[in-house]
Amino acid sequence: MNAVLDHLIVVPILLPLVVAATILVFNEKRRRLKQVLSLATTAALIIVSAVLLYLTASPTSGAPLPQVYLLGNWPAPFGIVLVIDHLSALMLVLASILGFTCLFYAVARWDRSGPRFHALFLFLLMGVNGAFLTGDIFNLFVFFEVMLASSYGLALHGGGAVRTTASLHYIVINIATSLLFLIGVSLIYAVTGTLNLADIARLIPSVSSEDDPLLQSGLAILGIAFLVKAGMWPLGFWLPNTYGVASPPAAAVFAILTKVGIYIILRFSSLLLPEYPVFAGGSGAWLKYAGMATMVFGIVSLLASRTLSRLAGCYLIISSGTLLAAVGFGNAAVTPGLLFYLASSTLTASAMYLIIEPVERNAVGDKALSIAEPVFEDEYLGGPEDEEGETEIGVAIPATVALLGGAFILVALLLAGLPPLPSFLGKFAIIDALVRQRSAADASAWMMVALLIISGLAALIAMTRAGIDLLWIPNDRPTARLNIVEASPIGLLLAACVALIICGSQTMVYMENTAEELNRPTAYVDAVLSKIATDRKPR
Amino acid sequence: MESLLSLMIGILAASGTWLIFRPRTYQVVIGLSLLSYGVNLFILATGRLRLDAPPVIGRTTVDPSLYADPLPQALVLTAIVISFATTALLLVVLLASRGLTGTDHVDGREPK
Repeated sequence: MNAVLDHLIVVPILLPLVVAATILVFNEKRRRLKQVLSLATTAALIIVSAVLLYLTASPTSGAPLPQVYLLGNWPAPFGIVLVIDHLSALMLVLASILGFTCLFYAVARWDRSGPRFHALFLFLLMGVNGAFLTGDIFNLFVFFEVMLASSYGLALHGGGAVRTTASLHYIVINIATSLLFLIGVSLIYAVTGTLNLADIARLIPSVSSEDDPLLQSGLAILGIAFLVKAGMWPLGFWLPNTYGVASPPAAAVFAILTKVGIYIILRFSSLLLPEYPVFAGGSGAWLKYAGMATMVFGIVSLLASRTLSRLAGCYLIISSGTLLAAVGFGNAAVTPGLLFYLASSTLTASAMYLIIEPVERNAVGDKALSIAEPVFEDEYLGGPEDEEGETEIGVAIPATVALLGGAFILVALLLAGLPPLPSFLGKFAIIDALVRQRSAADASAWMMVALLIISGLAALIAMTRAGIDLLWIPNDRPTARLNIVEASPIGLLLAACVALIICGSQTMVYMENTAEELNRPTAYVDAVLSKIATDRKPR
Repeated sequence: MESLLSLMIGILAASGTWLIFRPRTYQVVIGLSLLSYGVNLFILATGRLRLDAPPVIGRTTVDPSLYADPLPQALVLTAIVISFATTALLLVVLLASRGLTGTDHVDGREPK
């Protein structure tokens, strides 16, 4: 990489930060300006992350290695580093696609139902991107907090009693989780004397046996914090409630938040697992059972859920459970399928959250839907329901029901994971890897295979039932108009899912390279610790 | 010194944990504050307890054993700022919830 591209790593963090801070300066009435600025930022983020992905996958010279960026040019164990490898680049692309589409959707109506939506949204993206890039556990905590603080604001967006109560629970749970995070980080620091992830991985083998329990408990406490975020049963009980009542664009972008938890568990188990089977593998392989329990919980509540938004929340729980269980098998062959499933399920869940509102509006009418109430009167600009029918912006698409129905069917098939859609490919790769490895094909592997298939069936049943209720039953109400600004992000997300399968072989090769890189943590450690500060002028 | 500090952390954590399981929102907020004080002290303790030792290393001295570990102190500062901000946010949400639902129960309605 040349000098300019070297600094590209820091752009996914700096760009949303700077633009969000700029947007805060402007008055709430200049909505158009804010929309343009934030949409341009998210579009730029897609480009930047795509370039980063390309550079990571096919570097200009030599074998693909994790690229390290020294913040402030401080050498590695002392300063904070940003690291980009295959996994972080993949997560960055996912986050920026979700960011763009959800913001696009929000521009249609939802950004009016509360103040400072755009700034909060960009801060959220900054936190998420930072969490994917950082190679320092305390810096990870800071980015986690940025992400959480803006997610509190987004969960509250739109106001109303239901949302406020759900957000109250969400905030309390996450503050308590952050405290666990801090305890874990400080225990690890107490034992190893460093906060750099690569340095911790290097030092773990030399930890004395009397410090060992301390380090293990530190890692375990830290793990609980991430598992709460990932929505593992029984720690994820808050998830369907909070996401279900959050405004649709916010809920759709929250789909990436559970994946942040999964990402960190993947990263930690890759770097710290070889010596410490805390998260997975070995005799303490509880993670796969916990993941499978999460799947069972998700399947049961999926079948019991009566509203689409709850259904989407249950799908998120199932996908988290699938990913956690797949990580828990600690089997390198499972990882490519797991990553493929991660990408497709994130996009699917987000599309699901976005399609809920148009479908329900079509079935129930506009009134019953949004529960936006002003929290602060002076800042209230008029929510979606204040403008009933008069100022619909954008072109109304004819044949709404056909389009909506088609998109709904596609989402249902994606949720169920039927061939030839990407979630099928992900699940199939996981099953294939589990069955193929004969020695390990014990009861738990078969249980996992069964659960994967049952979860698809359950999603299909639940979605068919909902589809019949909402789309198929004729009603005499005039068809609601589908706003093109709302329809295109859903289309974009679905197109991304289809693109995953069209470029299936390239994607799978990338996932295999990612898995291979995760399997070789020494490359990460060496890349970070051998990075030498450049251009340091002697004082 | 060690026993005093660990006693303090223990009492703060225990009372905080008890309070966040209470049904009133204000109790939960106080519980979270107490917990975060406990955690902050805990972070400070991970740098080993040193009395009368400066945390900032001068340019000339090279013996780090004469100094307190500055890193946990920096971490505590960050943690204090963050928990302060989130507590303030939580208070606003608490007030909004009280205003919208008419009760200070965490579930937004009084138990039957």
